[in-house]
Amino acid sequence: MTITTLKLNLGPQHPSTHGVLRLLLELDGEKILSCEPDIGYLHRGMEKMAEKLSYIQYLPTVDRIDYLAGFFYSELLCRIVEKALGIEIPEKVRVIRVLLLELNRISSHLLWIGAFLMDLGAVSPFFYAFRDREMILRYFEKLTGQRMMYNYFVFGGVRRDIDFLEEVENIISVVSEKLNDYDKIITENPIFLRRTLNKGILDKETALNYSITGVNLRASGVDFDYRFQDCLYKGFDIGTVVLEKGDAFTRYQARTLEIKESIKIIRQALDYLKKSAKLEQKLVNPVNLKLPEGDYYADIEAPRGLASCFVRSLGEKEPYRLKWRTGSYYSVNLLRKLLVGEFLNDAIAISGSLDIILPEVDK
Amino acid sequence: MNYLYFLYIEFLQRHNIPKLFGDITYYIIPFCIIAAALLVVVLGLVLVERKLLGFFTQRKGPNRVGWWGLLQTLADAFKLLCKENITPCKVDRFLFNLAPVLVFIPMMTALGIIPYSSEFTFVNTSTNVILYLILAAFPVLSIFLAGWASNNKYSLFGAARSISQVLSYELPMTFVILSVVVLASTMNLTGITLAQTSLWRFSGWFIFPGFLGFVILFICILAELNRCPFDLPEAESELICGYNTEYSGMRFAIFYLSEYGMLFANSLFLAVLFLGGYLSPFGKYFFSSSFLIYFEQAFWLFLKASIIVFLIIWIRATLPRLASFDLIKFSWAVLLPLSILNLFIAVIIKFMGAGLCF
Repeated sequence: MTITTLKLNLGPQHPSTHGVLRLLLELDGEKILSCEPDIGYLHRGMEKMAEKLSYIQYLPTVDRIDYLAGFFYSELLCRIVEKALGIEIPEKVRVIRVLLLELNRISSHLLWIGAFLMDLGAVSPFFYAFRDREMILRYFEKLTGQRMMYNYFVFGGVRRDIDFLEEVENIISVVSEKLNDYDKIITENPIFLRRTLNKGILDKETALNYSITGVNLRASGVDFDYRFQDCLYKGFDIGTVVLEKGDAFTRYQARTLEIKESIKIIRQALDYLKKSAKLEQKLVNPVNLKLPEGDYYADIEAPRGLASCFVRSLGEKEPYRLKWRTGSYYSVNLLRKLLVGEFLNDAIAISGSLDIILPEVDK
Repeated sequence: MNYLYFLYIEFLQRHNIPKLFGDITYYIIPFCIIAAALLVVVLGLVLVERKLLGFFTQRKGPNRVGWWGLLQTLADAFKLLCKENITPCKVDRFLFNLAPVLVFIPMMTALGIIPYSSEFTFVNTSTNVILYLILAAFPVLSIFLAGWASNNKYSLFGAARSISQVLSYELPMTFVILSVVVLASTMNLTGITLAQTSLWRFSGWFIFPGFLGFVILFICILAELNRCPFDLPEAESELICGYNTEYSGMRFAIFYLSEYGMLFANSLFLAVLFLGGYLSPFGKYFFSSSFLIYFEQAFWLFLKASIIVFLIIWIRATLPRLASFDLIKFSWAVLLPLSILNLFIAVIIKFMGAGLCF
């Protein structure tokens, strides 16, 4: 008797692939024998586009690389330009950027919690997470005029002075309160535990071999958080979450704990900003902005892992080559290994727990 | 033959219509009534579910069409009626069209055998319970047909999951129903209801000796209905829409309709078995005229069923989906031994004498 296997085409239009990821699965019953991720359905030519645009023209588009964490990518591009021109950003700009980055991280993690629970079949947490995320988006809208594509960081500073600080205070107090509610409805739920505990275990070795970064790596027991080396976070007391087990539940736990750590950082930033004077900054004139010839590189700890930007400039108005490194790209590759031997519904939980977001993968 | 039958025949004879006509139509009219009532019930149920889910998730739910969104489901049903019935080219046409028809039959019949009031049971046989047990498991046949005929891998997965689910939850369900049959010493649903009458208010309801059974049957019904957390056959995040992925227009609406019809029928059934059916929880009825009593009895039954429906919706808003392996393990390793234990307890209570404390 020959064993026949079933080829299942999961995606690109599938409710649980968070965008347009296509997974070619080979199934025996509901057991996955092999998995081949197929990416590129959301390719927008982000890197090629940079070669034709001047830096200030390119700046608004980088928010779209990861639409859930736009601040991180515009921060990266700004940092490249500032590095190349040797500009030191004022202290207050630095703190404003940290505040917004961490708020953005919280909103990104909140959305992930909702989407992950949606993958597991629970409807309500999705709405609860969106309700809390909505407050953050409202604040961003007030401050920058946009809910998702902020275009707020500019070369050498920010577009306008920060405002509505009491709203940030309100947000963090509400979010830290609601996290306890999430614990009640999610973490103490036996079905949730059954579905995530010991599912999709990612060990230290594999995580490092597959270049996994960010929360997924820290949930596997590797203490690597780029924020400690980041000069942007200088002077901040940063706590990082390193957990051992590396299964889907640990990744969930790590993300919720990281929200709490972000809240602590925001508190520190708020303390500084409340006492600080009016913002004084010297912005770079973006017209005819030319980076001196050379290679420039910058990293940042984005919600989905280490994000990096590489620019080679030949002294022109536009870069000769611009390359992005994003965390999700490597997580997608990991599916090839993690999903083998799992059942179909566990596979959905595992791929959900890795927090893959497709615009970031396809760029 | 019951009271209503004689009333009907008498009415016809007064107008010189032969008895044969009455004998035939007496069995057809109830189904017309059910079909009409069903539409209202299902439309209401869908609205209630959407409203409640809205409240659970801090939204308003449908509130645009009609006052308080009351006409929303009507508008949805109308939209589905107007939509094109797409039959994909590679499906098995005959089975594909047969499945929505078949899914309707058990639901209509199941609603017909529920005793709505002491004189108002459309089909009253001496072994109603067995009939119900068969009818409750019947929709899985059309689910399987739909999944198989659709020629779609996701549909097939949904159908296969549905079959394995129903097969494993059928056994504990049967044991629990058996325990009720033991307690009531009858297989007739009206008899079971009457066996729950007691001197003091609701103390005779079988939920008290058989609370374990009530919980098990409730879980089994969730599984049988493919409701959350057992909604694996139509797991949205895994199988897109499961067995009805390929259906559109009115055929999809019929699946939807029968799903909610079955939800209501099962809630009624649970209310009859454990919550005293149409009996008033106060031990006596508010109305004294025999005609109004029927309506009051139906009201109590609907109220009890609504509480169960509310519970089912509440669970849907709260729990994530079980994994397929856990689902079957849960049935065989937990529910089956417990349901046998429940039957054992029921037998002991019966043996000790039913009049001991109830």
